[in-house]
Amino acid sequence: MKLRTLSASLMLAGFGLVSQSALANISDDVIRIGFITDMASVYSDIDGPGGIEAARMAIADAGGEINGKKIELIFADHQNKADVAAAKAREWFDQQKIDMLMGGTNSGVNLALAGIAAEKKKVFMAVGAAASDLTGAQCSPYTAHWAYDTVALARGTGSAIVKAGGKSWYFLTADYAFGHALERDTANVVKAAGGEIKGQVRAPLNSSDFSSFLLQAQSSGAQILGLANAGGDTINSIKAANEFGIGKTMKMAGLLIFINDIHSLGLNVTQGMQFTDGWYWDQNDETRAWAAKFEAKIKRKPSMVQAGDYSAVSYYLQAVKATGSDDADTVMKWLKSTKINDMFAKNGYLREDGRMVHDMFLMEVKKPSESKGPWDYYKQLAVLPGETVYTTLAESTCKLIKK
Amino acid sequence: MITIFGIPLQAFLGQLLLGLVNGSFYAILSLGLAVIFGLLNVINFAHGALYMFGAFLAWMGMSYFGLNYWVMLALAPVLVGLFGIVIEKCLLKHLYKLDHLYGLLLTFGITLLMEGLFRSFYGVSGQPYSTPEALRGATNLGFMVLPNYRAWVVVASVVVCFATWYVIERTRLGALLRAGTENPRLVEAFGVNVPLMITLTYAFGVALAGFAGVLAAPILQISPLMGSNLIVVVFAVVVIGGMGSILGAIVTGLGLGIIEGLTKVFWPEASSTVVFIIMAIVLLVRPAGLFGKEK
Amino acid sequence: MNRQALGYILFAVFLAAIPMLGIYPIFAMKIMCYALFACAFNLLLGFTGLLSFGHAAFLGSAAYASGHAIKAWGFSPELGILYGVAIAGVLGVIMGALAIRRSGIYFAMITMALSQMVYFYFLQAKFTGGEDGLQGVPRGVLFGLIDLKNDLNLYYLVMALFVLGYFIIWRTVHSPFGQVLKAIRENEPRAISLGYDVERFKLLAFVLSALLAGLAGSTKMLIFVSATLSDATWQMSGLVILMTLIGGLGTLVGPVLGAFIVVMLENKVGDFGAAMTKLTGVEWFQRLGESVTIVIGLIFVICVLAFRRGVVGEVNAWLEKRKGLSTQA
Repeated sequence: MKLRTLSASLMLAGFGLVSQSALANISDDVIRIGFITDMASVYSDIDGPGGIEAARMAIADAGGEINGKKIELIFADHQNKADVAAAKAREWFDQQKIDMLMGGTNSGVNLALAGIAAEKKKVFMAVGAAASDLTGAQCSPYTAHWAYDTVALARGTGSAIVKAGGKSWYFLTADYAFGHALERDTANVVKAAGGEIKGQVRAPLNSSDFSSFLLQAQSSGAQILGLANAGGDTINSIKAANEFGIGKTMKMAGLLIFINDIHSLGLNVTQGMQFTDGWYWDQNDETRAWAAKFEAKIKRKPSMVQAGDYSAVSYYLQAVKATGSDDADTVMKWLKSTKINDMFAKNGYLREDGRMVHDMFLMEVKKPSESKGPWDYYKQLAVLPGETVYTTLAESTCKLIKK
Repeated sequence: MITIFGIPLQAFLGQLLLGLVNGSFYAILSLGLAVIFGLLNVINFAHGALYMFGAFLAWMGMSYFGLNYWVMLALAPVLVGLFGIVIEKCLLKHLYKLDHLYGLLLTFGITLLMEGLFRSFYGVSGQPYSTPEALRGATNLGFMVLPNYRAWVVVASVVVCFATWYVIERTRLGALLRAGTENPRLVEAFGVNVPLMITLTYAFGVALAGFAGVLAAPILQISPLMGSNLIVVVFAVVVIGGMGSILGAIVTGLGLGIIEGLTKVFWPEASSTVVFIIMAIVLLVRPAGLFGKEK
Repeated sequence: MNRQALGYILFAVFLAAIPMLGIYPIFAMKIMCYALFACAFNLLLGFTGLLSFGHAAFLGSAAYASGHAIKAWGFSPELGILYGVAIAGVLGVIMGALAIRRSGIYFAMITMALSQMVYFYFLQAKFTGGEDGLQGVPRGVLFGLIDLKNDLNLYYLVMALFVLGYFIIWRTVHSPFGQVLKAIRENEPRAISLGYDVERFKLLAFVLSALLAGLAGSTKMLIFVSATLSDATWQMSGLVILMTLIGGLGTLVGPVLGAFIVVMLENKVGDFGAAMTKLTGVEWFQRLGESVTIVIGLIFVICVLAFRRGVVGEVNAWLEKRKGLSTQA
């Protein structure tokens, strides 16, 4: 192999690498927020570019600067790969000197990011992720898990439905860690509330056809079909359930549903479904006003995650302003001692283990006749106070909690 | 209640029937792959993306032009076929003289391109598509309630598969095709326009994929990723069946659909891998595939 | 000392100096891992002529195996890496034995299907953490002496492993064994007629390739202290094919350059899209920037059609032509 070829390759590589570092901006007079989320793949509608916009709105509403220091937002697409996200986060911490890291959708990614933020001792706000482990076994003093988690969803939906009479359950579970966790958390709640689990079937992730699993569910004779899956799997299973008339003998309980899923499926297919959500655009004037501003830019109503992004960034900026510092320990201390009450969260507070506990809501999907237009999909059945649905401190597996 | 292996007979038969429905998709898709491979010696990795394209066309026809399901069932395969002609004439043609692997790599690149583009414009949550009026509702077969649409899928697939098999194995056109596979030069010497035949064959193969896409539209959420979930399984089906055999592709597709359906009952966690396990076994015992011929 | 050796020594010096040059070490380490992965893959494709569409299985299994060994069983980093490599090797023997029964395109499809099986296993196995991935693996202390939490120390370990892996490949290619592989690539029937047990050679090449891919996987796991499902997907298999293709099939340096190009691409396509949008005012470039998939697909198509020899291959061909012309004149 020619020396010339080798040296040509070498020069090319060299220039590339050096330019890479030259582009790195090292500046400490800027409050820099780094946001990593799924921009183009399975979870991009729930968070994605809409989430970025929500964060921008929060920065704008805070005035764009704090005590003379500009606020800057940088973002990246993790493409649902934890290693892409981790590499980007490391680079941002080491080279771009970000002050706060935000995690969008995808639990695996968020767990990885939490670890890195803890290593670098910087604030990490997990908004889009569902994994309760973020404030459990893998908790950290720098993680704030803002919007929701699997336990809250399970407890909210599970206990509400059992109370309303849905005592016998059958689970259709996505066969991976997240699905199992969702099933386990809900099953525990159902049993504790006096209900009965008739059985479960584990479907491989990204199954295209659920008909066979649904038939098994139907033949179990249970009243409630618990959908312990997310994203495309949820959508496909609901569609198939509708086709096979499962709705005639069982009621469907979605354990992780976003308004984008309902929008995608349509009310015909989803009407009557009950689930827990952390926020809905049509709850009160405040939410409606914010949602209208969001819709003007993104042409869609916001999801709980996107509203959560706005709230998380707002509160971070408030913390920085109030304490006059972007030191992570100081900011976290302030956040954990402040009431969180804004457009997104009601009766909220940030716990020692990083869990932002706030009211959740039991929702039911409207019938097509009850809906006045696109995105008018939910009726709120009940308010679920945070303490009743999130993991209690006594149960917590987080090492930071002294028992 | 009669039980088979501990499962009530009713449920068992129900699952068998559902497996047949899935098998129909496998059959059409592997048929298209087999046809393309037989004549062009190209593994059309883009088959999954083209299947997705067919489904999207059905949705686009409905949403943008108000064209109903039946129109799109006929139109979408034609459009996909035309697109296939473009791919073949502009891109694939240049690779015939080279190692076959380049064809696979090219179609792999096309898959990424198509999926990326659709994802970029339409997101991934998927588009809803409703079952056509005439096929709504379900029939109570006694042992299960079968949605009419699924019955239609089986019927349509079997008809199309049988028609394809008949054309290829029993008509003069098919004979020319098969001869062209064996010895293109000789066939060309007889005055047959082989390049045109190749182009049309590719178009037909991908039109089959588009057809399967339209069939799938009311059942699954139409998402840019629907093809990639399916394509690897279809590859395994084709390897098991033995490539180059039309009948092999059809029978294997249907058979594996049924086996997969049964696995979902007895051992659900394994249902996504059972096809690959069978592939491994077949490879050990009969490397050429069940219906294949060692070349 | 001949010019080739000189070139390599210069490059090694450059590698060693990277942290001093202000280049982000994690980024450079990532490139080295992928470069090793691509070189291992190239051993199979470029030198033996076997296209494996399932090489991600080796990257992923080694990453998970060594990650699990270190995190759950308390292995030290060097033992963890060895364990990961060994697992990849065992997988290589199994997959190779099955796949080699067929050739050409069938071989590719079988490797793809088998690696899908491996992927599904990882998806469901408890120890992998499924979608969440295996996180928070402690980097540990190498040989009881060198603390790997320090990025700089880790950098030199990764560099050493990369050089080692590359050297193994270089040595293999320039050996009688390597010559037989090339013969198999060029004309398998003739190699058989010359009396070589072609199946055994192919299997050996396959396993060697798997072992080195495993080394890349274990090393990558240490850098990012995690192992995730994306290491074992067919998209990753496709990515390594692209790296080798862009860089230059059948050349030694090609895959290294290809890995560099692809990783830079993945990182920079977002910035590129934003820049192009500002430049041309065409909103669509922003979209392009957000989708790495589109760009990779496009490059794949272009490469296969017009750029099959890859960067290094084209450069070599151009140099040959110039030499040819100058000796004619």
